[in-house]
Formats: sequence, C-alpha cells, structure tokens
Amino acid sequence: MDIYAEQKINADLLRPLRRTSGWFYLLVLMLGGIILLGGGAWFYQISNGLAVAGLRWPIFWAFYITNFVFWIGISHAGTLISAILRLVNASWRRPVTRCAEVITVFALMIGALFPIIHLGRPWLFFWLIPYPSERQIWPNLRSPLAWDFFAISTYLTGSTLFLLLPIIPDFALMRDQMTGWRKKIYRVLALGWRGTTKQWHRLEAAMQIMAIAIVPVAISVHTIVSFDFSMSPVPMWHSTVFGPYFVAGAIFSGIAALMVAMAILRKVLHLEEYLHPVHFQNLGKLLLLMSLLWGYFTFVERLTTWYGNSSAEMAVFWETQTGAYAPLFWTMVFCNFVIPFPILAIKRLRTITGCVIASSLIVVGMWLERFLIIVPSLARKHLPYSWGSYRPQPVEIMITVATFAAMVLLYALFAKAVPIISVWELKVGAPVLSPEEEEERRALWRTRP
Amino acid sequence: MKAIYGLFPDPDSAQCAVDELRRTGVDDASITVITSQPFEEYEFSRRDKRTWLFWIAAGGGVLGLGAGLILAYVTETLWPIVTGGMPIFAWWPNIIVLFELTMLGAIIATVLSLLITTELPTKKVKLYDPAVSQGKILVAVEEPPDDALPKLQRVLREAKTVR
Repeated sequence: MDIYAEQKINADLLRPLRRTSGWFYLLVLMLGGIILLGGGAWFYQISNGLAVAGLRWPIFWAFYITNFVFWIGISHAGTLISAILRLVNASWRRPVTRCAEVITVFALMIGALFPIIHLGRPWLFFWLIPYPSERQIWPNLRSPLAWDFFAISTYLTGSTLFLLLPIIPDFALMRDQMTGWRKKIYRVLALGWRGTTKQWHRLEAAMQIMAIAIVPVAISVHTIVSFDFSMSPVPMWHSTVFGPYFVAGAIFSGIAALMVAMAILRKVLHLEEYLHPVHFQNLGKLLLLMSLLWGYFTFVERLTTWYGNSSAEMAVFWETQTGAYAPLFWTMVFCNFVIPFPILAIKRLRTITGCVIASSLIVVGMWLERFLIIVPSLARKHLPYSWGSYRPQPVEIMITVATFAAMVLLYALFAKAVPIISVWELKVGAPVLSPEEEEERRALWRTRP
Repeated sequence: MKAIYGLFPDPDSAQCAVDELRRTGVDDASITVITSQPFEEYEFSRRDKRTWLFWIAAGGGVLGLGAGLILAYVTETLWPIVTGGMPIFAWWPNIIVLFELTMLGAIIATVLSLLITTELPTKKVKLYDPAVSQGKILVAVEEPPDDALPKLQRVLREAKTVR
C-alpha cells in the first residue's frame, strides 16, 4: 500500500470525527430526551415502589429481566465474534471488529443496569460485591446471581480492554492529525504511543492472548445467565439444554444487531468503500447458520418437553403454543426462522437490504424469545394457586425504550470520538494493488470533493 | 536525546536503509524503526518479537485462580449458610467463580505487562515524527557517535529517504 492510499484511509475514516452535521446534534437531543424520560420513569419507580412496574406475584421477573438477558445476548455480537475472527485470521474481519466490539461494551453496561433497576432499593446494589463490610454479610457464591456478578464483571473488563488496546495506535494517529483541544485530549489518550516494532509485536501478542481468553469468558457469561433460570425447578426452566441454547441465541441476536449497526454506519458515515457487500454476505452466512441452530435448539427443547408430558411443563407449553402467549410465540418463530431463513439462504436475496431486514426481524424475535422464556414459566408454575398473568406498565416500557435510546446515543457518541473502523488494522489488511489499479484508485481520490 | 533519522515512503526502502545501516556497522539495538502499522512480512519488523507475554498471562491466570480460591473459601466459611443441601465449601458452583477470576487474572496480567514492556503511558520526550501517521516509515539511529554522523546521514539519504 502506498502513501496516497494510507492518506486516503486516514482522511475517510477521520472525516466523521472532523465534521459534525446539524442532524447529529438533533439526534443527540432527541435520544437525550428519551433517556431523560426513562430516568424520570425509574425515579418514579424508586419513589413509589416496584408495584408501579406491573410486577405482581407470581411474576416478579418480566420486562427488566427480559431486557437484562436480551442486552447480555446482544453483547455477544462484538468481542466474541471479533475474537473468533481474529483467531482464525479472517482478513475480512478488519473493518468489522471495532463496530462489533463497541456493541459489546455498551450492551453489557446497559444489560448490567437492569438487575439494579429491578431492585427495590437500587442504591444497595453493592451488597452483591464480596467485601468485608461491618455487617459481616457475604454474598452466597452458590447463588447464580453471584455468578452473574463475577461473569459480567470479567466480561466487561475483558471486552473494554479488548476494545481499547487496538484503539491506542488510532489515538496516536488522531493526536498527529487533529488540532486544538482535540489534539490535547488525543495526546493523553495515545499514552505516548509511537509505533516501534516492539510496541507492535507486544500489542499483537496481547490481542492474541486476549482473543484466546475472551472466547471462553463470553461463552461462560451467557451460560451463567441461563443458569439464573435453569438452576430453578420452574417448569420449562430446569433444562440442561439452556446453556448452549442461550449461547446460540446470544450469538444469533448479536450478529443481527451488528449487521443493523454496520448498515446504518455505512450509510450515515459514507463507509461504502470499507464496509463492502461481502462483509454482509459473510456475516449473513453466519447468521443463517445461527438461525438454523436456533431453530434446532427450539425444536429440541419443545419436543423434549412435549414427549415428557409433565403436567406443569405442558401447562406452560400449551400456553405458548395455543394460549395467551401464542401470538408472541409464533411471531418469534416467524421473525427468527421462517422469514430470515429464505432471505439468508438464497444468495440473490442475501443483499445488504435483505440482511438488514432479516437482522431487524431477528432482533425483535430474540427479544420476544427472552420474554417467552421468562414470563409464561412464572405465570404457570407447578400448582394452579400460583398461576398469574402479566401486563407491562408504562414505567417498564419507558425504561426499556430509554435503554435502546441509550445504546444508540452511546454508539453515536463513540463514532464521533473514535474511528469506528480500526485504521491501522484496515491498512494492514489493505490489498496490494497492481500499478494500474493503484493509479485508478489515486485518480478516484483526486476527483473526490 | 540525540538521534539521526530518515523518513521513507515505503517498507522496501526502509528495509534497504536498515540493511545499509547494519552494513556500516551500526548495532541492531541502536536502530529504531517506527511505523503506522505492523509490517510483518519485512525483516526489520521481526526484531523484538520474542516475548514472555504468554507466560505472564498464564502466571496472571494462576494468581487469579489463587485469589478466587481464597475468596470462595473465606466468603463461604465466614458466612456459612447451608444452601440446597450443598456443603459449605462446594466445589461445583465454586468452579464458576474460580474460572472467571482465572481469566480475569490472565487478562489483567496481559494488559499490565503490555503497558510495562512498551513503556506506556509515558510523558518522556522520545524520538518520533508526526509524518509517520501519514504513512512514512521512520528509520533512526539513536545516540549516534558524533564522528559517525556524516556517514549515517549519507546512508540514510542514499536509501531513498524523503527527508
């Protein structure tokens, strides 16, 4: 790659950081407003108690825990996929990894917030942390909720570092390219990075180790989230398939969220030259595989339950097949399998638009899946005296909407502060062109406005 | 600090410069190459490749495992509650906590050793040129002897340097 090509990459990927349109401020204002409303709804819930949230006996886990599981699942988009692609040295990963890793960090932060929102006294959340307090009360490490704390903390720490380490050379690039107050900030963030051979080797070795470590941690996180359910003798929860079922579902929803984010970034930040249709094609194939896997797990889980014919489990089973939750169940099946399968399986339909349609449906379908795992089982426990129903209240809906807005806002702010495609990694993976192709490329650059 | 350096437009000419510097008797340790991306396929980039990072990460993992073991034992024995008929110190559920802390130890050890071995963060003024971020490759000889300066200057100029 020659200097012109390098400079073009620098210019293209730093452009969103240099120029800010009025639309961006409008978006920030709008999302900020929604987040404020969500914050207000939470404050209302804290002031009046959890009863305002529609949580009634026997359904004490509903929207909030659905959101918790959903966001932790979405977090599997980034670090896990990026780590796997790094380990198998898939060269097409380069423009994709950072878009994905950012989703992980923000989705984990939002996901981890939900158990706190779900607390009656959220200011006491730190009681889950093992520390020698004057109360001498230690968390019970045999509880899956304590495992959640360890798993999510480890994954969040690992994912944040996994995202930040390869940004250091890009901070150095911005330190050299920016001016004014931004230069000062990036100088601090670059930590004095120069790009010596030693620094590059150590960084690549560290990324390799982190990739090896993060894959089992990511798998453990969603397995442990599944343990929150499968360790309880609640109908249709106490299942050995839940661990892999949750992990597969998490990767499935994660890839779908990543593809939606990539398509938006491609359009809004004009990254058409870097996020090619081939990236969507490849991720689309992966999404197809996960759709099949999800269908397989759903079938296995349902068939085993139906064959077992336990009355408590069958009550939940029929409630989701033909009862009150059936419309949601069949919508989920259509969103996760029936519609995405042909779109992703037929090459002609696996275009960027096709992938975005399939991915958007999958994100909706996977949220419904989380809801359908939690609520119907709690609504139809073993004895009919403990049966109940659930209707989400405006507080819960508002807080849920606000967290989606928070995700978009955090992502947009990040994309304004850091190149959303790793500049140095893209340069490493740039194709070596023939002199004619190089000249064509340069001519194209010269004619650009 | 004192240094003489040249900026090269591509890795081939940078490699030529490094080879020429070696030929004139410059010690490998005195040659610094600074790039905006790793050039794995070039010889100049393969220096400093040996690292203990993998072993340090493994050590961090062992430390994390030890910390997890102590935490689990102390926590469970200080507040002994019988849960679900499990023993007070139950291995099966503890494996989860031990696993997470082992991985956390490995990750933190990796990052700390990366920062220490690459001397980051640093406030010291070190050899650098912002042109590197534009794609130039900086080849330098740090702390050259005064009498060698003209010769080094000639070598760097002849190797297609841009400045």
